[in-house]
Amino acid sequence: MSGARGLWRDALRRLRRNRAAVASLLLLALLVLLAVAGPSASRYPPDELDWAMMGVPPDPASGHWLGTDRLGRDLFVRTLHGARLSLAIALLATLVSLTIGVTWGAVAGYAGGRLDALMMRFVDVLYALPSIFFVIILTVVFDRSPALLFFAIGAIGWLTMARVVRGQAMSLMHRDFIEAAVAAGAGPARVIFRHLVPNLLGTVVVYATLMIPQMILIESFLSFLGIGIQEPLASLGNLVADGAAEMETAPWILLAPAGCLVTIVFCFNFIGDGLRDALDPRER
Amino acid sequence: MLRYILTRLLGAIPTLAVIVLLAFLLTRLAPGGPFDEEQALPPEIRANLERAYGLDQPLHVQFGRYAAGLLRGDFGPSFKFKDFSVTELIATGLPVSLQLGALAMLLAVLLGVPAGVAAALSHNRAADHLVMALAVLGIAVPVFVVAPLAALVFGIYLQWVPVAGWSPGNARDMVLPTVTLALPVIAYVARLMRGSMLETLRSPFVRAARARGVPRTRLVWRHALPAALTPVVSYLGPATAAVLTGSLVVETIFGLPGLGRYLVQGALNRDYTLVMGMVIVYATFMILLNLLVDVAYAFLDPRVRPGGRR
Repeated sequence: MSGARGLWRDALRRLRRNRAAVASLLLLALLVLLAVAGPSASRYPPDELDWAMMGVPPDPASGHWLGTDRLGRDLFVRTLHGARLSLAIALLATLVSLTIGVTWGAVAGYAGGRLDALMMRFVDVLYALPSIFFVIILTVVFDRSPALLFFAIGAIGWLTMARVVRGQAMSLMHRDFIEAAVAAGAGPARVIFRHLVPNLLGTVVVYATLMIPQMILIESFLSFLGIGIQEPLASLGNLVADGAAEMETAPWILLAPAGCLVTIVFCFNFIGDGLRDALDPRER
Repeated sequence: MLRYILTRLLGAIPTLAVIVLLAFLLTRLAPGGPFDEEQALPPEIRANLERAYGLDQPLHVQFGRYAAGLLRGDFGPSFKFKDFSVTELIATGLPVSLQLGALAMLLAVLLGVPAGVAAALSHNRAADHLVMALAVLGIAVPVFVVAPLAALVFGIYLQWVPVAGWSPGNARDMVLPTVTLALPVIAYVARLMRGSMLETLRSPFVRAARARGVPRTRLVWRHALPAALTPVVSYLGPATAAVLTGSLVVETIFGLPGLGRYLVQGALNRDYTLVMGMVIVYATFMILLNLLVDVAYAFLDPRVRPGGRR
């Protein structure tokens, strides 16, 4: 186990030297903190209409730090609420993807042979399907609830993860410690979840970090089109859509959520790249 | 080669069948029907409606009818655009979407490849860093953020091009939609091209050509480029997917009467047949284009061709 701890400690040291990744990590932490605690720092609730303050530009004096939208709702609070919901959906979707993908890939890699071929063929077939369109069908068929959204998005994201994990698992299967575990009488489930999966963690963490921004983008894409998160709930996607409709006269309604979305996506990408470099120094 | 293309074409048929079946079954999972309105319809009218659309039949009969219709090019009636069949809507939307998508892909290759080559040739110098920074930007900023921003800057502030609208044959209407749709693909192609160009330039056959005294321009464009293009060609499959999904956003924002806008409207209106039809058309396109990419790939790289080099 001390070897594994050494790997993580080395990775942490390398990550700390990567300035873009560290800066992104700090910025993201700040954003998450704001998204969780920030709305209560403003004196405005996210869904209260203010008839006297409709579409006002950003103005610190009034307390509307990022202005208000057409219905007089405070944009600072709504953007943070949107960021919180978008992040939550992306995290849950990633978790769904991760669970399916890691299990699928590890089992295929462990089993090898015909079962492996069958499982990976299934993945190939799903790859050929335009999955986002099936999510759209699902949103048409079922109520457009946040729960459906993260599950549907998560259910289409696991394919790459399964491929990557399966490749890694196959190479691990030849290693001595697996053979030792099998010789010591460990069953399939024990080998997969106690021996294979912990050793795949590095790869999984990197891919998960890179998957979160993808999930945010898919969710916002659907919400932007009006088939994801619905009013009065706010997600970054439907806030951008609101802003796009008003941009001629009130560009801040677009810029606040768009800026927040782009910042979050950038941060995750830099962190993911930093983690990949830190955990897999061969790439450099 | 012909045999390879034929096998691949035949192989696409089961995938398409799966897509049609899946699309059909998913829409039939619905807890509500397409005739759930704010005000409940009287039962007899509802029954009549369902009979008119064949919804009173058992599932397999409905599917059989739908599939048989598809084979004749009949996608059924639209539930919400009552005067149109889905086939008619596809016929009006397809030319617009095709033009938009083809132009965007063309633009992506025409701009992305030279940008990537330029970056590779000035490796670690200013031009390289500039191209890569722009590429990161292009990849991370989604189309639905770029599109309204571009409309704001170029359409409203600078007034260079129209913000929205579509009249057949007016090239200016196509500028903003095409460019915004192409941006992420340009960025990705440039990044891929740079990486593979750098790698190819280091490979033995290029070094040998250089040692023989081949001039630099010829070395890059005639010797290295064809070999370096393979990753870009294989990316064109996923690029198609990106352009197809992006076109939903672009068509909605810029008001183009294409397939994407019908799909979005269908989704908002819960117009099952319309959504199903559009998804099937999009999926067919994706499969056919992926096929095309694979065939092109086999032309470029004899190793993936079954039977190898002739």
